[in-house]
Amino acid sequence: MSATSTADRPAPPRSRSSQRAGRSRIGPLFIAPYVLFLVAIFAYPVGLAVYMSFHDYFFAAPGAIVDRPFTGLDNYAEALQDSAVLQSFGNVAIFLVINVPLTVALALVLATALNAAIPFRTFFRVSYYVPYITASVAVVGVWLFLFNGAGLINNLLGPLAPAPSWFVNSTLAMPLIAIYVSWKQLGFFVLLYLAALQNVPKELYEAASIDGAGRLRQFMSVTVPGVRPATFLVTLLATITGANLFTEPYLLTGGGGPNGASASPVLVMYQEGIQQGNAGYAAAIGIILIVSVLVLAGVQRLVLGRK
Amino acid sequence: MKRKALSTLAVITLGVALSACGGDSGTSPDEAATVTGPIDIWYSNNPEEVAWGEAMVEAWNAENPDAEVSGQEIPAGTSSEEVITAAITAGNAPCLIYNTAPAAVPQFQKQGGLVNLSDFPDGAEYIETRTGDRSAQYQSTDGGYYQMPWKTNPSMIFYNKDVFTAAGLDAENPPLATYDEFLATSQTLVDSGGVQAAIWPAASSEFFQAWFDFYPLFIAASGGQQLVEDGESQFNNEAGQQVADFWAQLYERGLTPNENYEGDAFADQAAAMSIVGPWAIKVYADAVNWGVVPVPTPDGAAPEEVSTFSDEKSIGLFSACENRGTAWEFLKFTTSEDADGQLLELTGQMPMRDDLTTTYADYFAANPDYEVFADQASRTVEVPNVPNSIEIWQTFRDAYSQAVIFGDADVASTLDDTAEEVNTLATDD
Repeated sequence: MSATSTADRPAPPRSRSSQRAGRSRIGPLFIAPYVLFLVAIFAYPVGLAVYMSFHDYFFAAPGAIVDRPFTGLDNYAEALQDSAVLQSFGNVAIFLVINVPLTVALALVLATALNAAIPFRTFFRVSYYVPYITASVAVVGVWLFLFNGAGLINNLLGPLAPAPSWFVNSTLAMPLIAIYVSWKQLGFFVLLYLAALQNVPKELYEAASIDGAGRLRQFMSVTVPGVRPATFLVTLLATITGANLFTEPYLLTGGGGPNGASASPVLVMYQEGIQQGNAGYAAAIGIILIVSVLVLAGVQRLVLGRK
Repeated sequence: MKRKALSTLAVITLGVALSACGGDSGTSPDEAATVTGPIDIWYSNNPEEVAWGEAMVEAWNAENPDAEVSGQEIPAGTSSEEVITAAITAGNAPCLIYNTAPAAVPQFQKQGGLVNLSDFPDGAEYIETRTGDRSAQYQSTDGGYYQMPWKTNPSMIFYNKDVFTAAGLDAENPPLATYDEFLATSQTLVDSGGVQAAIWPAASSEFFQAWFDFYPLFIAASGGQQLVEDGESQFNNEAGQQVADFWAQLYERGLTPNENYEGDAFADQAAAMSIVGPWAIKVYADAVNWGVVPVPTPDGAAPEEVSTFSDEKSIGLFSACENRGTAWEFLKFTTSEDADGQLLELTGQMPMRDDLTTTYADYFAANPDYEVFADQASRTVEVPNVPNSIEIWQTFRDAYSQAVIFGDADVASTLDDTAEEVNTLATDD
């Protein structure tokens, strides 16, 4: 162990370029545009949402004299006792339990397959990506034709078709939406895993092969640990996008039906805040959702993000 | 350092958030009502109304070069109401919007987005003279008119004569007047008419869907009651119970599916009947051999006694408008007898005029298909003009969906429970 501290050492001479750049001063300038972007697009809306959630807030015309009194925690208390809100959080929990593991598993398996030397590899890579870049409205139309009462799936299933049918069945509606979203977004997550797979050293597979590991063993012992950072990222992104679920229940189940079985917190926020004019209440639901997602992300970081 | 930076950011954020409140325009309604100059207007985006809107703007601008009007279709959005709410909040709403839903008016009014038309010296008188007794339905709780009743699409039952004939039913005088007749006819149509459904209203949960299944029949069964009157729910009475039971039977027997049809079930002949307004005449003219009857009532009331839902759209004059004098004059210009005649001619929709059939007798003589709707237009009922209007409709729709469409709850107790919720909302401003 050296007895000389770094403070005792003479400072290394700064290069001329470093001196010219004025490193400590120009750094903040470089990050300033992004900080401004964050303040305008994220911090200000969140700050306003927090403010709104503590008031009987509604949107009003500029200059209009309106009463929007401070209500303390009333909006939060009401939201936490509102059966529709609680149901929507329960629904999104069901969604995440199905969607996140399914996304991780399918994306990793497909990325591994598409990373191997298979025929028509580019074709398959593009094919899996197409749903991700296709407009939701168009894809939703196809799924409705597939899964409605007289749709293709029920015709194939015949007497085994569920009654009530898929999207009007309170048990099946949310799981089917979770499967739909997994399928729709798979291409993006496959892409993330494909990038991660390029960083797994080939030597590890060769060593495992020499040790007698088969394909499955190699996948479990080399690939899965090798893409762990990507798995954390995929889990986090799938959770965040899943928690913000809106388009699918809005379009697939006609506004969160049947009986609210597919309503998501964001859909309830939209109904309360935009349609019904209860913006303060909707903001409180939004803040509860943000906190819930942060807690979930923290847990995921503890489990998957550790070195 | 990091903590200090975060604190500074939080203070700035809160400051900006708080600065979003407050302010006052400082102009009195009397002064504002006299200001003239150029104005912007929005109209609906269907081709017929666009043609009418463009014709109106052109005619006005030819006579008023100092107060020109610029017209455009209402910007695209999930719904007109959301686009208008955003425009009110941003302060860039146009002077007039020719597609304002009466259900949204209480909310726009609360937002300070609408001008009280009664503030114009001849405002209330003009509306009441043109629309007659029905104008009372468009008055807000403070007695003011924050909307100009403009045009109505009274809801009636359209039916496919070919399907009725194929099912062995009398297509010229279909048995659809009473609930028992309607149910029996529906069963025959599904059994023998080659259709999936007798009638196929949307089964989805949007707040406005009740206007196209429960509400027209409730108005007819109750002799013209609104969903809420004097702050009290009206639907948990005998009429409401009968209507809910009627629809529940249609769903239970599979005569009305409990999921949405992808497309137009009536045009595709997947359903034999549909609840529509006079707009449907042009839409289905080439696709369906149609007939029309009033909505059914429990005991089969005479057609001339049946009231129905108006499906009306109003004109709103928005508070962001600076040249309100011009806006008011243009509003009167576009609701004059001549302008209403052009609206009728181009769109087939019924102007909210008391004397419709006599004023436009020539038009109805030349277009007899529209006459039955014109007659029905004199007996229309609007959504209640009460606080929390849309929340009330969403509450009602959710409960109706559970009890009637999906049969997951007792109809009578659901109506009673929902009535209590609605009573609270209707009096909670």
